[in-house]
Amino acid sequence: MELNIQPILPEIFICAMACVILVLDLYLKPERRTIAYVLTVMTLLVAAGLYWQDFATGSAVYLNGMFIKDRFSDVVKIAICLLSLLVFVYSREYIKARDLFLSEYFVLGLFAVLGMMVMVSAGHFLALYLGLELLSLSLYAMVAFQRDSSVATEAAMKYFVLGALGSAMLLYGMSIIYGLTGSLDISVVRGIVAAQAAPDNVILVLGLVFILVSLAFKIGAVPFHMWVPDVYHGAPTSSTLFVSTAPKLAGFAIIIRLLVGGLEDLHFMWRDMLIVLAVLSMLLGNLIAIAQTNLKRMLAYSAISHMGFMLLGILAGTPNGYSAGLFYGLVYTFMGLGGFGIVVLLSRAGYEADELDDLRGLNQSHPWYAFLILIFMFSMAGVPPTLGFFAKLSVIQAVIDVELTWLAVIAVLFTVIGAFYYLRVIKLVYFDPPAVAAREISATADLRVLLSANAVALVLLLPMVGPIQEMCTQAIASVVGAF
Amino acid sequence: MEWLTEVWFSTPQWFQVTAYSLIKIVAIMLPLILAVAYYTFAERKIIGYMQIRIGPNRVGPRGWLQPIADVVKLMFKEALIPAKANRFLFLLAPVLTLTPALAAWAVIPFSDHLVLADIDASLLYVLALTSMGVYGVIIAGWASNSKYAFLGAMRSAAQIVAYEIAMGFALVGVLMAAGSLNFGDIINGQQGGIHQWYVWPLFPLFLVYFISGVAETNRAPFDVAEGESEIVAGFHVEYSGMNFAVFFLAEYANMILISTLTAVMFLGGWHPVFEFAPFTWIPPLAWLLGKIVFVAFFFLWFRATFPRYRYDQIMRLGWKVFIPVTLVWIAVIGICTFHTPIGHWFH
Amino acid sequence: MTFTQLAFYFFATVLIFAAAMVVSIRNPVKAALFLVLAFFSAACVWITLEAEFLAIVLVLVYVGAVMVLFLFVVMMLDINLARMREGFGEYLPIGGLIAVLMVLEIAIVLTSGGFGEEQFPRPEGHPAGFSDTKELGRLIYTAYVYPFELAAVILLVAIVAAIALTLRKRPDTKYLDPARQVTVKKADRLRVVKMPAEKRADRTTEGEA
Repeated sequence: MELNIQPILPEIFICAMACVILVLDLYLKPERRTIAYVLTVMTLLVAAGLYWQDFATGSAVYLNGMFIKDRFSDVVKIAICLLSLLVFVYSREYIKARDLFLSEYFVLGLFAVLGMMVMVSAGHFLALYLGLELLSLSLYAMVAFQRDSSVATEAAMKYFVLGALGSAMLLYGMSIIYGLTGSLDISVVRGIVAAQAAPDNVILVLGLVFILVSLAFKIGAVPFHMWVPDVYHGAPTSSTLFVSTAPKLAGFAIIIRLLVGGLEDLHFMWRDMLIVLAVLSMLLGNLIAIAQTNLKRMLAYSAISHMGFMLLGILAGTPNGYSAGLFYGLVYTFMGLGGFGIVVLLSRAGYEADELDDLRGLNQSHPWYAFLILIFMFSMAGVPPTLGFFAKLSVIQAVIDVELTWLAVIAVLFTVIGAFYYLRVIKLVYFDPPAVAAREISATADLRVLLSANAVALVLLLPMVGPIQEMCTQAIASVVGAF
Repeated sequence: MEWLTEVWFSTPQWFQVTAYSLIKIVAIMLPLILAVAYYTFAERKIIGYMQIRIGPNRVGPRGWLQPIADVVKLMFKEALIPAKANRFLFLLAPVLTLTPALAAWAVIPFSDHLVLADIDASLLYVLALTSMGVYGVIIAGWASNSKYAFLGAMRSAAQIVAYEIAMGFALVGVLMAAGSLNFGDIINGQQGGIHQWYVWPLFPLFLVYFISGVAETNRAPFDVAEGESEIVAGFHVEYSGMNFAVFFLAEYANMILISTLTAVMFLGGWHPVFEFAPFTWIPPLAWLLGKIVFVAFFFLWFRATFPRYRYDQIMRLGWKVFIPVTLVWIAVIGICTFHTPIGHWFH
Repeated sequence: MTFTQLAFYFFATVLIFAAAMVVSIRNPVKAALFLVLAFFSAACVWITLEAEFLAIVLVLVYVGAVMVLFLFVVMMLDINLARMREGFGEYLPIGGLIAVLMVLEIAIVLTSGGFGEEQFPRPEGHPAGFSDTKELGRLIYTAYVYPFELAAVILLVAIVAAIALTLRKRPDTKYLDPARQVTVKKADRLRVVKMPAEKRADRTTEGEA
């Protein structure tokens, strides 16, 4: 059998660079560790370039059906590369100030990226599971990386235990499906499931339930969200940045691979399950976020509610819905990046700017950063002149298209409720007296510039909404059209 | 005689198979236990001469009955069980040590057709069984409920796990050279004289394997698990009488096993040194036994020569020297076999 | 009943017994030892399925290495079982409920007929010269090379993570670097000094002083 490794060259590149950095670290003096950082950033940049250069037009499977390369995978992978790159740039000063600036941190980050790439391209249960584990293991370690902090260790422990439970559920579901179909290849499974998809097929129902539960665990949808606030809050903010952005996209990708690529014929079953998850996530996320006084926790609950919105797009079960979900995922990850980026920006050595009160009166000392917060919050709340609005609009439209108007109404309702706590942040920033007399921001120029660009892009990209949505549509078409 | 054959063939099939297997097992076990007894004697004599002493020479002519006397003495000693020991595990531990050491002999071929169980993956089987010997040591240390015994058990556990990896990798090299996991095939791959033995192409692995074997059996200079100078006698400090003797039996049986495996995998097994006239007259079994004795001698020589390693030095040697060496050599074998013209050297 | 069936039922019974003891016995060391027994019986069951390589590797890896380290840790820990069981009664209802639900679900799946024997034809026995080691190797390095390498990367991540989270350089340890120790030469430590011989001092005066 001839082995064609051409399509996985970028993955091999990332893996090889991670190993190079790992070995190089042995010979690097601590003060020259910036080299490892630069290499990591370059790796991600080059990987994104490789995907861009070899951008897929159709859909093809390689490595015995384990690896799918299509437009969808390339779009999501480029986004993951860019997001992870920004995460590392944003958190550079933050981790330096906390003695976490170790090559292992970057190596783990690169392996996590590799895991996400594997998940995004997975055409086989084995590859999907291994990619997920690769990502999860790296993330557990990154959350626990501040090993002298008991909060971080506790967060990592919770993340690990619940993550392992989620993985177990996934394996259980996969093995049930395997027992029924006799194959781990998702495209083969699709064929057999299509023939047996009947509402009274209990084996399929149970297999699907287990898979859905694990997916909900991984993206943090209610009622499998328990780890999200603790992990986001307890982890060093640099790790929170990482956990809360790119893995969400990877999670979306495996939902698409499993539910759309493999079990689309069970749509009538998983639609209702996803409706429950989505409604609960929007409800609980938005309501509990109101009660939070900690910015990181509030953003964690907001992340839960956003996942609910993303699921809205998927549960519609139409190509339009999936592409709306993808668009939502892309926009959300860049908003979330900005949200936690603000915490990183305002923090400095020995000081975490993660309480809401820390933001009080920021406008008086730093009007520009106050403005950035304004944009991020408006975008997350879904206020019109931002991308966040269009993201919400597109998923709600997708739901209305399949005549689930009541669901759309609920979604709008929760958007309004959610707007309360986003706007409260803006009120704190603009209308409250400053909490601290002289606030100094020690962030470096690259963080300031990129975070500003991140925020501004959420507004300035408005004319590009059409092309971006078109790109998402084409990406989804390459998945749906492959069958 | 005729009557005997008649009785034999009148018995059911399963009985014949079982009885035949039992006879074969006894035929391996008896000489082995005898060999162990006289190995201890050889050790005392050889180390004695190396230290310019005479060694035991009182029991029997020139001391030849000394091991028998030792056995009789140990048998009549009281088997003590410490008051707060875990009785069941305390008694189980010596058995757990001895069983793998003896069971591994099932797959050792003594000549072309003389093997108890000619299984396909005999190499792995031996590796798996020798790795189980450590349980006897750990359980003995823990069940004794004694600090010294426990320390010895802990040391032994860490040491054996470390060296087992190196040992396993060394065997991977043999596997690559022979292309088989079966000892018969491995030995036959070395046919044709001394220059065909795997010891030459796999020389680093040979060294690693043999030294790891010394460490696996907790022998000097790696005998920190016993460490009589600091933790009295390590894991078997609380044992006495026959229980104690069983540990010794297992240790020496393991040493002979390692010697045999070294002879089988690296020194051509039952094949003669040269494939021509006077050498081929000697029967294969004698060649194998000769090689085993040759390798077994090294165990004693080491004990008489080297001072005991410090614990961290043992760990360093295992993890940081042996494992990298084996990994590099496995890569060398692989690359040379497939990408250089000298590939046939490795087969 | 053939010998294979007899062996299967025997080892399966031991396996289930050992597994039940692992979770129910109070002493953690004994629980770990029962786990060893469970692994061993599982390996024996695999042998009856003609998966010799996997069976031996199970013994080699889990019994020979993993459980040794596990015992190593468990023996050194002073586990307070009374404290560990504190919340037991409190969580029993919900835990029990979930367990019962899971058992029911499994029962539903298994009895639904989808997993019946007629669904899966009995695999054919292997010819005499069949080597499952070779066959596994062939599959792993061809059809499954991608997941195989991924599993290797996962192990690498585990190593990196474990070391990054636990390795501490402690300047206060009295660690001696063996690499430096073995390179020491006589000249580094020993200095032979030539001194002129001194006359013997007066003993009586020295003693009085």
